[in-house]
Amino acid sequence: MWEYSDKLKEHFFHPRNVGEIENYDAVGEVGSLACGDALKLYLKIDPETEVISDARFQTFGCGSAIASSSALTEMIKGKTIEEALKITNKDIAEYLGGLPEQKMHCSVMGRDAFHAAVACYRGQPAPRELIEGNLVCECFGVTDEQIRKEVRENNLTTVEQVTNFTKAGGGCGLCHERIEELIAEVRGELKEIQKKAAAPKPMTNIRKIAKVQEVIEKEIRPTLQQDGGDLELVDVDGNRVFIALRGLCTSCPSAGLTKSGIESKLRELVHPDLVVEEVSA
Amino acid sequence: MNTVYLDNNATTMVAPEVFEAMRPYFVERYGNPSSMHSFGGKLASQVAVGREQLASLLGASLSEIVFTSGGTESDSTAIWSALSTMPERREIVTTRVEHPAVLNLCKHLARFKGYTVRWLSVDKEGLLDLDEVREKVTDNTAIVSVMWANNETGVIFPIAEIAEIAAEHGALMHTDAVQVIGKIPVDLSETQINFLSLSGHKLHGPKGIGALYVKKGTRFAPFIIGGHQESDRRGGTENVPGIVGLGEAARLAGLHIREENERVKRMRDRLEKGLLDRIPMARRNGHKDHRLPNTLNIGFEFVEGEAILMRMDDKGICASSGSACTSGSLEPSHVLRAMGVPFTCVHGSIRFSLSRYNTDEEIDYVLEELPGIIQFLREMSPFGREYLNAACKAQ
Repeated sequence: MWEYSDKLKEHFFHPRNVGEIENYDAVGEVGSLACGDALKLYLKIDPETEVISDARFQTFGCGSAIASSSALTEMIKGKTIEEALKITNKDIAEYLGGLPEQKMHCSVMGRDAFHAAVACYRGQPAPRELIEGNLVCECFGVTDEQIRKEVRENNLTTVEQVTNFTKAGGGCGLCHERIEELIAEVRGELKEIQKKAAAPKPMTNIRKIAKVQEVIEKEIRPTLQQDGGDLELVDVDGNRVFIALRGLCTSCPSAGLTKSGIESKLRELVHPDLVVEEVSA
Repeated sequence: MNTVYLDNNATTMVAPEVFEAMRPYFVERYGNPSSMHSFGGKLASQVAVGREQLASLLGASLSEIVFTSGGTESDSTAIWSALSTMPERREIVTTRVEHPAVLNLCKHLARFKGYTVRWLSVDKEGLLDLDEVREKVTDNTAIVSVMWANNETGVIFPIAEIAEIAAEHGALMHTDAVQVIGKIPVDLSETQINFLSLSGHKLHGPKGIGALYVKKGTRFAPFIIGGHQESDRRGGTENVPGIVGLGEAARLAGLHIREENERVKRMRDRLEKGLLDRIPMARRNGHKDHRLPNTLNIGFEFVEGEAILMRMDDKGICASSGSACTSGSLEPSHVLRAMGVPFTCVHGSIRFSLSRYNTDEEIDYVLEELPGIIQFLREMSPFGREYLNAACKAQ
């Protein structure tokens, strides 16, 4: 059971502005039956002032999709197009007293439908991110441009968050690697990684673990072993590398120095964000 | 507002008789059956009674019952046991429509343990093809694990025949029967089934207790290793109140199994016909006859399941949905997708599962409320207008 706010439930049970507008000036449509939710938004717009005088919707979807549609229409009515374009998906979620994290894509759908309607009004085919870009998630038809936009606007950092906001990656999961790359790219990490590690691409977890192993085997352990010490790689969790020191290292007063040495080596050769933690194993 | 509970494949009410039977075993008779003193030791005879009641419902002998914590533990125990007693066999045969307790375990075994899983598909009506079973079970199969009936659609699989095929190849047969026990008569004495999982809370018993049937002569490796309980097959102090409750639930299930297949089935059929008559563009998911007497899965086109459930909940009606939005994942039910249910209605599929505690009045109430809910949501939906208008005119 989802934790829905009272405001959300109220908009779900008594949605505002349901239906069509006969002589609409703009219509925006997003989503599909196959994807499990869809929103069609109709607008009446004053040509002089560009004030949205009426907004109505038809939605196929879950409780939060219907409530988000209802909220959107209430929020944009009476505003000029320019004012309404400033409404973000977060604003829609906040208007409803918050959305469960996994349902954020419903608020994104609301905003996208409005942007699509505005594009329609201005005689443009559709908002740029909906038509340009390469398909990343085949299950839900999401492009890299859409993912970049949500990562940027909602400050997303994980694949799971991208799925919650765009649905991308919520099906077969084959695109998770590409989504990680897009997150890294948008967050400006890509350039840094290229600069520091000369790595061609941002890393997936598996590649990162393999690289950490390789560096430890080839670069770090031989040095330690010369001094009668050794280390064992215990685990890698995200950017945290867990190691256990062995042999003389365990009693070495400068073990702390050893640890920071290992860390800087791994940062230099694998990934700048790595943190080394020592565990007793 | 009264609650109309039509979600008995999720869990059931503990029968009042079961609760009464369990009551003394918390505060008064709380001993440990393994103790030397009689205060605890004499509880062993209560555990024996529970075992006897359950064995009798299954057509099993006492030594074939191992009490566990529930269906998931029983499933894991059976599958891991088969794999470790037959280490030379590296294949598992199962279906695409299993409960996650088996499905995700098999995926795990394939991904991390190097087993090959051969998946059996189902047709539009949710039925398995025995020829496909014959083709996929080989001399390299360690275990064939096929649910006896599907939890979402109620479709019943020909487990006895599948067990024969498994036996021909020397493979072990496991069936997840949590949805079946207490709903249709089962007699394991004449079958080739090696393992059968069941769960207390699906048959008006308590949660946290279940059992694994292990056919006499089947090599067994325990999953939970510890004390000598359950003849060294499952460590851990016996859940005495749970076992007493499961035994009583099994006894009651035996008494009510005819009612389940007559009165409950009649209510289910009336609900099915009533909904399909009153609501256009709706379809049953799952074979009409090869189906549990209590289960009905209906897909309502052009509306979404979570929205239906929320509005039903508002009217006090409990059911469940194969919709993506209710599960926390974005993909709708793996069962309905495996059946090829069209995408126009997979998101709007609702499962009603009845029990002997439901009444005709409750069915009337649902028939009264649901058409309005579907209509309200369809009027809001951007899809299906042209079809629905055509359907209305045709009526």
